[in-house]
Amino acid sequence: MLSIKNKFSAERDISGCGLCGIINAKKIKTNGRDIKKSISVEHDRGNGLGGGFAVYGNYPDYAELYAFHIMYDNLSAKADVEDYIRNNFIIEKEEPIPTFRTSKIYDHPYLHRYFIKPKSDRPDKLFHELGDDDFVVNSVMLINQNYDGAYVFSSGKNMGAFKGVGYPEDIADFYKLEEIEGYMWTAHNRFPTNTPGWWGGAHPFTLLDWSIVHNGEISSYGINKRYLEMYKYNLALKTDTEVITYILDLLIRKHKLPVSLALTVLASPFYQKIDKMDGEKRELFTALRQIYGSALLNGPFAIVFGHSNGMVAMNDRIKLRPLVAAAMGDFTYVASEEAAIRAVCPSPDIVWSPKAGEPVIVEFEEKNIHQKGGLLGL
Amino acid sequence: MITIDAAGMHYKELNRLIREGIGKGIKKFFLENINGQYYIGDGIKGDDVVININGTPGNDIGAFMDGPTLIVNNNAQDNIGNTMNAGKIIIKGDAGDVVGYGMRGGRIYILGNAGYRVGIHMKGYNEQLPIIIIGGKVGSFFAEYMAGGIIVLLGLDDSDEFDGDYFASGMHGGTIYLRKKIDFSKYSKDVELYEADENDMNFLKKYLIEYADSFNIPSEEISGKPFYKIMPSSARPYAHLYTSA
Amino acid sequence: MTKSSFSNIQSEYLALIDHNKCVRCKRCIQNCGWGTYSFGGDKILADHSKCVACGRCYTYCPEGAISIVKNPTVLRENANWKEGLIKNIWRQSETGGIVISGMGTTFKYKKYFDHILLDACQVTNPSIDPLREPMELRTYLGKKPSRLDVGLDENGESVLKSKMPPQIELQTPFIFGAMSYGSISLNAQKAMALAARALGIVMNTGEGGLHDDLVPFGKNIIVQVASGRFGVHRDYLNSGVAVEIKIGQGAKPGIGGHLPGEKIGADISRTRMIPVGTDAISPAPHHDIYSIEDLRQLIYAVKEATDYEKPVSVKVAAVHNIAAIVSGIVRAGADIVYIDGYTGGTGAAPNIIKDHVGIPIELALAQVDERLRDEGIRNEASIIAAGSIRSSADAVKAIALGADAVAIGTAALVVMGCHVCGKCNTGNCSWGITTQRPELVRRLDPEVYGERLYNLISAWSHEIQEVLGAMGVNSIESLRGSRERLRGVELTDAELKALGIKHAGL
Repeated sequence: MLSIKNKFSAERDISGCGLCGIINAKKIKTNGRDIKKSISVEHDRGNGLGGGFAVYGNYPDYAELYAFHIMYDNLSAKADVEDYIRNNFIIEKEEPIPTFRTSKIYDHPYLHRYFIKPKSDRPDKLFHELGDDDFVVNSVMLINQNYDGAYVFSSGKNMGAFKGVGYPEDIADFYKLEEIEGYMWTAHNRFPTNTPGWWGGAHPFTLLDWSIVHNGEISSYGINKRYLEMYKYNLALKTDTEVITYILDLLIRKHKLPVSLALTVLASPFYQKIDKMDGEKRELFTALRQIYGSALLNGPFAIVFGHSNGMVAMNDRIKLRPLVAAAMGDFTYVASEEAAIRAVCPSPDIVWSPKAGEPVIVEFEEKNIHQKGGLLGL
Repeated sequence: MITIDAAGMHYKELNRLIREGIGKGIKKFFLENINGQYYIGDGIKGDDVVININGTPGNDIGAFMDGPTLIVNNNAQDNIGNTMNAGKIIIKGDAGDVVGYGMRGGRIYILGNAGYRVGIHMKGYNEQLPIIIIGGKVGSFFAEYMAGGIIVLLGLDDSDEFDGDYFASGMHGGTIYLRKKIDFSKYSKDVELYEADENDMNFLKKYLIEYADSFNIPSEEISGKPFYKIMPSSARPYAHLYTSA
Repeated sequence: MTKSSFSNIQSEYLALIDHNKCVRCKRCIQNCGWGTYSFGGDKILADHSKCVACGRCYTYCPEGAISIVKNPTVLRENANWKEGLIKNIWRQSETGGIVISGMGTTFKYKKYFDHILLDACQVTNPSIDPLREPMELRTYLGKKPSRLDVGLDENGESVLKSKMPPQIELQTPFIFGAMSYGSISLNAQKAMALAARALGIVMNTGEGGLHDDLVPFGKNIIVQVASGRFGVHRDYLNSGVAVEIKIGQGAKPGIGGHLPGEKIGADISRTRMIPVGTDAISPAPHHDIYSIEDLRQLIYAVKEATDYEKPVSVKVAAVHNIAAIVSGIVRAGADIVYIDGYTGGTGAAPNIIKDHVGIPIELALAQVDERLRDEGIRNEASIIAAGSIRSSADAVKAIALGADAVAIGTAALVVMGCHVCGKCNTGNCSWGITTQRPELVRRLDPEVYGERLYNLISAWSHEIQEVLGAMGVNSIESLRGSRERLRGVELTDAELKALGIKHAGL
């Protein structure tokens, strides 16, 4: 049965998983063949109920426009959503997302994409002043919440999510990723534990330019969710990934924290360690925990988080989920298993296991790699 | 000595300047263009610090104060000398409601009238003896639960000292002095009226002179008449209110 | 009217002495604060009418010769005219007084904590072993900015741009609730101070001021300002880690305090600055607070007097409209809000109030936390929940409902020997807790009971760590407000909704 939204919405949707990511710091593009190969090594980490990819740099011709990927399970939903979009956005281009039938993906929603920008005289301007990004976020939440049969699964600029119910290698074929080019790729293989698969629930989860793939079940979900609700986030999906994305959105985009500090919030050091830091640093880290304790992701997780300036991979503060990283020239690879990296880069310059809670941060261009994780492989 | 022009200044800034000044050893403060700033003199120390206030200060002046003198050259608002421990507040006009609530030491001298609820739960212990002297009259609920200290009502304009009902309810300590004999029983069943004796007058003399000097009134104008005093009938007005389950 | 000494009320308990075992050591005579026992020449005699079943005599009888039993002489059973009601009518008809007792209500109301179950991890996420892995209970009480304000220093490292508001650091999310010197003995306060220091938590002076002996414990003390303003002055405000303004308490929402003259000895007279033997009366309201903006005025009067270096807590009883009230308190500038539920309260209070006024802490807390989150101000103040926290399980559930920390009062007194007899107001406590009689106070050794309090809170903290580990989180902040980890049983939809939790199985 085809399902694009969580039909079990009273429940929280949780899953185990495999993940990987590839980034070229000089923005040299590659097609989707490698990421497919890499994630397929982690086949057994999923169960065929969710696979997906995020790619950055794939829409150079529309780089200044928000690229909405929307899935519909009926055509009247499409008509309603397009009414909303036309009233509020200028549509530069719209088209079906190219898909290719494979023997593995029997049912799928109708998939459409729109390259759009918010109108300057849109109706909501009568009531409040929102920047374009905030308006896009609100629109995504509105469509996903209020329009039955429609789900926005990608809304960033010059990036896109391609996902669905199936093993990731089948999803890759379904979207024919080998014909898509980008300078950063992430991939996910899902093992949902309490709901049947649903198309919207596959990873990556995205919001604006953020994309998250994630492994593990966050034990602090309840308070993370209530914390975000205080800042008016609508947590419709009830997934950990949604929570992580919104926390990063809040910390980085709204609270303007440097990426590295925002990541520290997710996996903060223990007080035992903070107490040993010197003066100003101790004050900073103590304040970080005092203020953002409710945003701490407690329990097992490994995430790969893509954004317009680069990629971050990290795991939880007591390393309950695996994460391996490798670098080869301008490429950095991260994955749940080293073999997933070796499958596409047999002899990297270095391979290492990041320490618990210490992120691997890769940014484009001038700054290459400055990973903070311990280089155990050196 | 320092003059602070407080026009448009927030109380937080003003009081910070005062605390800083005291910290630097400044003894005399002149606050000009005061209008509505709360908490002047709140929690400050220093027996020889004098703060002169020109304008209408806001509520809670002298709250928790512990030594300094505040001189208000105009009317003052509510909550003067809230839980004050030591020092002196001189009001050269009227005072608002709730003067000297929980006051435990120091003196408050008011030239004019004071509002409702003056001297609620004043208390005293040995040399800690709070004193309020009011030149005019007071409103209702005066001296409720009074547990110690001295309140003197002068009624200088020869009107009644009282301007309401319900006085000294629950009074169980301290003394109220009046310049006029009244039938206090109609106001409170918890107190008794006595004539002030020589000991009382000797005790009061020093404070009445200080009061008169504060406002440049000839002291004989104040002490020229016999005084009366009000004391609680019982140290435990509510002793029989309860029965143990 | 003439007064008759005849009473309808029979002894509630019988103090039975096994004269075959009794060696006439007279320890029971010594130990009983109520004067139940006397020596009749050849044997111990008991005046049953004086016994309150405080348990002191049989605990200290070396021969085990004493048993206290409920007087078997019954009143006719009647589900409507219950024994307590009939006795109170007699009591009041004989004295004309308001019936008063200590230690909170004895009514059998529904205890919501007992209908809430906790979650644990199985397979999909792992539980954590609390004995071998870090398990953080550290808690900070105070206002938190909604966001971190950071800048860069000359080395490009992030640094705090603005100072954090003052916080109280607790090593475990427990504090001792306010119990004043006067209502309880100095030795009882000292026991809590010693334990608080050893545990890295705080005790609360209550409204009776701070005895000189407790001044050295300032880092582990919250000083209280109540309507009677006993012992309140500038140095007092600055002597602890925080200042609490008490508006109300669970045992007696809406009414003031009344410490009977029997308990006002010379020392209490000095700290409270009232005459020896008078009743210490705290007015029902603060007479400088008749409205929410007046609360703001007092909060800032305290902040000015402490140079903005101490968090200000406001303590209120849980009443019907508590969520809106607390929202107002937070907006008035309180850094901490202490909410006391109706079953709580060590203070002596009229039974009409303690048995009938207020609402359960569980419901109050859930509503307050939800309301503050709705308004986006939950970070502006920490919440302390109290009102008969009887075990670490109650504490865990309170924290998951949204409390930052919990306060314990009765449990701490039980540690010191309290048998919850509820006669605190009489000043005869045989255990030396709620008395000022020197011969009774002397028997409460602060060192001994300080250590026992330390043991209790340590044990409860370990239990919380076990629960956190089972839930797969290693820090108390991941439990705080996490109602997803709670489920209700035997609760109605309305109750579940008020608590903001799902029914078990869902």
